[in-house]
Amino acid sequence: MHKESAIREPLILGHKTYHEITEDVCKPIEDKAPRAWYVLFAIALIIAVYGVGCIFYLLGTGIGVWGLNKTIGWAWDITNFVWWVGIGHAGTLISAVLLLFRQKWRMAINRSAEAMTIFAVFMAGTFPLIHMGRLWLGYWVFPLPNQFGSLWVNFNSPLLWDVFAISTYLSVSLVFWYIGLIPDFATLRDRVKRPIPKKMYSILSFGWSGRAKNWNRFELVSLVLAGLATPLVFSVHSIVSFDFATSVIPGWHTTIFPPYFVAGAVFSGFAMVQTLLLVMRKGMRLENYIHTRHVEYMNIVIMVTGSIVGVAYLTELFVSWYSGVEYEAYAFINRATGPYWWAYWSMMTCNVISPQLMWIRPLRRSLYFTFFISIVVNIGMWFERYVIIVSSIHRDYLPSSWSMHYPSHIDIGIYLGTIGIFFVFFLLFARFFPVLPIAELKTILKSSGESYKNAPDTHGHHDHDNTAHGHDQSQLGTENTNNH
Amino acid sequence: MSEKVIYAMYDDDDVLKDGAKKLVAKGIKVADVFSPFPIHGIDPIIGVQNTRLGIMAFLYGITGTTIATLGMRYFMIGDWPMNIGGKPNFTYLDNILAFIPVTFEFTVLCAAHGMAITYLLKNKTLPGMPASNPDPRTTDDKFVMELRMSENSGFTAEEIQDLLRSTGVIEIDQKEVK
Repeated sequence: MHKESAIREPLILGHKTYHEITEDVCKPIEDKAPRAWYVLFAIALIIAVYGVGCIFYLLGTGIGVWGLNKTIGWAWDITNFVWWVGIGHAGTLISAVLLLFRQKWRMAINRSAEAMTIFAVFMAGTFPLIHMGRLWLGYWVFPLPNQFGSLWVNFNSPLLWDVFAISTYLSVSLVFWYIGLIPDFATLRDRVKRPIPKKMYSILSFGWSGRAKNWNRFELVSLVLAGLATPLVFSVHSIVSFDFATSVIPGWHTTIFPPYFVAGAVFSGFAMVQTLLLVMRKGMRLENYIHTRHVEYMNIVIMVTGSIVGVAYLTELFVSWYSGVEYEAYAFINRATGPYWWAYWSMMTCNVISPQLMWIRPLRRSLYFTFFISIVVNIGMWFERYVIIVSSIHRDYLPSSWSMHYPSHIDIGIYLGTIGIFFVFFLLFARFFPVLPIAELKTILKSSGESYKNAPDTHGHHDHDNTAHGHDQSQLGTENTNNH
Repeated sequence: MSEKVIYAMYDDDDVLKDGAKKLVAKGIKVADVFSPFPIHGIDPIIGVQNTRLGIMAFLYGITGTTIATLGMRYFMIGDWPMNIGGKPNFTYLDNILAFIPVTFEFTVLCAAHGMAITYLLKNKTLPGMPASNPDPRTTDDKFVMELRMSENSGFTAEEIQDLLRSTGVIEIDQKEVK
């Protein structure tokens, strides 16, 4: 078994047993939902319904109802798409990359982060689909035989790569999430008493029985899926950035885009995880599983990726001057001092300055401050996409066609609507699904649970097996108990 | 034909592992272990082979790479060669860089879904399948060892039960199953 240093805070606080972990995670599902859940759900539902109404209006009337014009052919739709895809990057990053690095703290957050990913990618996918105008012809993006037209889809186009990247990412994330959920659905199936939930959970659990061979396969499948999902995460946002980077628009045509977009995606994704989990841990009384140590680690990720984003902004700025391309230089001067200066400076403040505050330990361990910064980062990352997209195209090569973009109320309605739909999904998830991976948490109880971690070794099983070479269970355990 | 099966329940994974080791050392075959989470190190003790799903994932992935390569070669080079910006691509190799992203995505798509489907089929876990764990507590905090009398013909049920009692078992159940 993995041995963790005694001076690290335990990952599971409180003196939990296996049964108590099951209880803590299943209780909020089995009990009646608190009033706050209904209030939040009602608010989210109203916003979602309004958003769906706006989408229907758009589909019925045409994308002329957006605030686009001849110069600015892409604005809130693609901004929102990139924003949502970015948010959708944290889930798989947490569960896949952190699994490969054997980061055990991921276990408290991976389930809900993956749920967030899947719902965020749904929301992202909405925008390219509705911007086609004729949604029902959306399947034309797939390479279908030629009676649908005279050509195949263009495999040289980053927009088509996006189709493959987003659909692969969505479906693989969904499978990864569901495979982890199956054993936990089985736990719920074997606990719930009422007939209808029992029936539902027994269908959802696929008849999982927890045999030794099942677990052997489970672990390998998780590992291989993590290995596949890790490059996938990086490829998806790289490809999203190619939508811009392969064009000839000053401000888009930069080779720095793929790493810069991926870092930005992780940055905003972790911020969204913080926003959601800080509320969820309180509402569902999971403070023993998601606590300061987890929040601090995520804040460090936010700090690092935020710094990468900051460096990328400055590099971009420098290169626009150093390249000697006057159009490129103008695009950046215009960003900072032109009519969209407020968007640029909001982006700079939210994304470059705010994560640097995380160097201060008391701040990154403060839950209120974290919550505040997570909102700031999400706003900043929305502005980043808006700045990149709109400020680069609103003044193009031909000054006579320079223009401004003003969002219509449909733009705003659809954007808010996707936030509403996202929260409808997420609240349903928090209500009916095990929000922590019960089975995985039990595997770290003995190595990182508060009662086991610093207790003297009572089992005395030093000789267990070939996987545990070298590290004895709790030899260090009794020496250092200062973190109780 | 029915046979006698003994279910021995433990409340700790390490106790079960030590127990299993003891039984196996005496020559008793442990048919299966049901647990709420993976018990690391139990597989070699009770003789569970490592899964070969990883190899399958590789094969599915290679299939995806091949399909993507052949598909794009047919679409973009063979069936309808595209002339983009006056730069026609007459061969696959001329244009390979543009095909890398889709090839990669399709490889991952096939490997992940192929492996996931194989995993579900091999585990016999599909929507609507009945669960086969002997006790509902094995998905919560109990660990159950299954011993089949037909695989342990050298021992009587009483001998096995006596041995089990010396391993820290908390409940023993004997059932007739088909």
